[in-house]
Amino acid sequence: MGKLSILLFGMLLAGPAVAANYAPLPGGTFKSVLPADGKAAPAEIAAFQMRTELVTNAEFLAFVNAHPQWRRDQVPAIFADRRYLSHWAGPATLGEDVLPDQPVTRVSWFAAQAFCESEQARLPTWYEWEYAAAADSQRTDARGDPQWRESVLAWYGRPANTPLPTVGGAPDVYGVRDLNGLVWEWVSDFNALLVGADSRDQDGADKMKFCGAGALSMQQKENYATLMRVAMLSSLKASDTVTTMGFRCARSP
Amino acid sequence: MSRLLSIVLLSASLLPATLMAAGGGGAAPKSVASVSSTPGDLGPPQGEPIRAVLGIPPNVPPPIHRNAPAKVIVELEVVEKEMPMSEGVTYTYWTFGGTVPGSFIRVRQGDTVEFHLKNAPDNKMPHNIDLHGVTGPGGGAASSFTAPGHESQFTFKALNAGLYVYHCATAPVGMHVANGMYGLILIEPPEGLPKVDHEYYVMQGDFYTTGKYREKGHQPFDMDAAIAERPTYVLFNGREGALTGDHALNAKVGETVRLFVGNGGPNLVSSFHVIGEIFDKVYYEGGTHAQENVQTTLIPAGGAMMAEFRVEVPGTYVLVDHSIFRAFNKGALGMLKVEGPENKAIYSGKEVDSVYLGDRANPNLHAVTEAAKANAAGTLNKEEQIKAGQQLFTGTCSVCHQANGEGLSGVFPPLAKSDYLAKQVKEHLISIPLHGLNGSVTVNGKEYNSVMPPMSQLTDDEVANILTYVLNSWGNPGGQVSKEEVSKVRAQQPVPASGH
Repeated sequence: MGKLSILLFGMLLAGPAVAANYAPLPGGTFKSVLPADGKAAPAEIAAFQMRTELVTNAEFLAFVNAHPQWRRDQVPAIFADRRYLSHWAGPATLGEDVLPDQPVTRVSWFAAQAFCESEQARLPTWYEWEYAAAADSQRTDARGDPQWRESVLAWYGRPANTPLPTVGGAPDVYGVRDLNGLVWEWVSDFNALLVGADSRDQDGADKMKFCGAGALSMQQKENYATLMRVAMLSSLKASDTVTTMGFRCARSP
Repeated sequence: MSRLLSIVLLSASLLPATLMAAGGGGAAPKSVASVSSTPGDLGPPQGEPIRAVLGIPPNVPPPIHRNAPAKVIVELEVVEKEMPMSEGVTYTYWTFGGTVPGSFIRVRQGDTVEFHLKNAPDNKMPHNIDLHGVTGPGGGAASSFTAPGHESQFTFKALNAGLYVYHCATAPVGMHVANGMYGLILIEPPEGLPKVDHEYYVMQGDFYTTGKYREKGHQPFDMDAAIAERPTYVLFNGREGALTGDHALNAKVGETVRLFVGNGGPNLVSSFHVIGEIFDKVYYEGGTHAQENVQTTLIPAGGAMMAEFRVEVPGTYVLVDHSIFRAFNKGALGMLKVEGPENKAIYSGKEVDSVYLGDRANPNLHAVTEAAKANAAGTLNKEEQIKAGQQLFTGTCSVCHQANGEGLSGVFPPLAKSDYLAKQVKEHLISIPLHGLNGSVTVNGKEYNSVMPPMSQLTDDEVANILTYVLNSWGNPGGQVSKEEVSKVRAQQPVPASGH
């Protein structure tokens, strides 16, 4: 009976997830911080749909209830490290300190990908994510605005030891929320950002690791915030979980 | 690439010396059988692995008394935390070990160092470490890139003795360094460093906040200011006041001090100086050779130096970046407090504090000196005061009031047989030279309307001596004014002076 109530509770909260909102984004060319050819070529992005909100604790709880193999006490070690969902009170309980509307964090790339598949979606690519996150409430590309850059950067200046806010920030021009200023987000090709065979010379793998060599190939040197995201994603393995790393999903139309 | 090149050059330059040493010496170290051909490799580690003791700034781990290379395990945790930068000002620092600068690491040349870099779970950022004392790609950075909640391990052999900076080298490197991610690693030469009484750890860094210097509240990092190299703060050990007041460094007269000083940057070069001391030796750039008798030494960003000196005289010695606006307007101040007996033969303290009188000076200020000494000894009598007062009067007051106290009729009031002086209460009398006198006064039946400026260059005992002289001269009623009475009046607000 207890199990049933948890299940019901989870399903109630998971309501939005069942019909998670996806916003359509038009395709186009996009000047990424990581040039498509390693030099200057813009990225070509096909039209896609982006989940308007981050996946929440409640939604992820509903997911592990429906797919118990992703519970923290059942997940194989190769798919998630030992800190996977460790902030939850139990394998299928959020507890008092974890709010249903907070973005879920401490999830591995494998788990995030599995969640997205469960709602017929996938993780966005880096280009898709960067393209979407360049927008603000007025513009599709606000990156040239120093104030925008500063507001994005401000997140890094805040200590990480405070509880995460809940999802539901102001929507951008596409209707997508919280791309900046809430959590890091997994992307499908996180581990190819620096090693792409098509875009890097042989020592490319080392470039981000010391003395900022990677910065030399970044297209917008002043865009520290994006650089930090690339650095963060590059530091991870697919089974890693991080206190401030969440995710959202994307769909090809 | 430049790093690689410099390593190659370094190895090349070491090579001839090593060959010469090997050819000319013959007296080889005992572990020579297992020594590789790599300079600085003193053979495989011996004994049980040792867990390194880390130094929390401004303290340094104790010297190493080992005569063989060992395996040393260093565990360093990266912590992102909010800490004060100045009074009422906080900043989110990124730290090696919870402090800025990071924990001081001390190993011996030839040691094999097993390095564990831990990134605390609640941190937001990935980090790594580049130790300038490491020979290898990225100085360890390539092997230590670590996500929050994870740990990396790599091992290196400490081939070159010296004092080296370590820092985080994760992109954006400038920001990681600007947030405080640097520290020092000392690789002691096998024979150790000369023994001293105190060793201290100081590191300079420049900080960039969106708010102004000392603007209260939590201050975010200012990327534009960092790129423009216009720091808000230049600090020793990461916060204003880290090395002053109760946190000052300490020593006693006759003791020897060694300062390990690094400069984390990210941008500025330090002109490091200790006010009132001369460095007996400076191992400039943290290297092997020492310059002697140095006043100010240059510490590049990402560089370090060791300074040794003996403190001879008690007092407070101020550590500054002698690019001096940084010291007094951006926070680059520290203190070394030295206690112990005075040594007047080396430094007298202030012997005479008197007006420099230029051409008008009476060449003989002997009585003033005598009075100052008597005053200091507490034996000053009225006669000595009068004598000293006379000489001071001659230099200062006689210009207007004339040497005979008669003044100039209608312009400068007389002091001789002055009915005005006779009826003033002592406090007001004292206030005249201290604060000056404006407006109309009537002296001996004549009105004077003029301005006497405050004689603020006069010390309390000088004023006391002059007044005592005046009261006891030219038919005035006599009396005595003490230094204490003057200092009491000086402490009061000047009353609008008018002859009433």
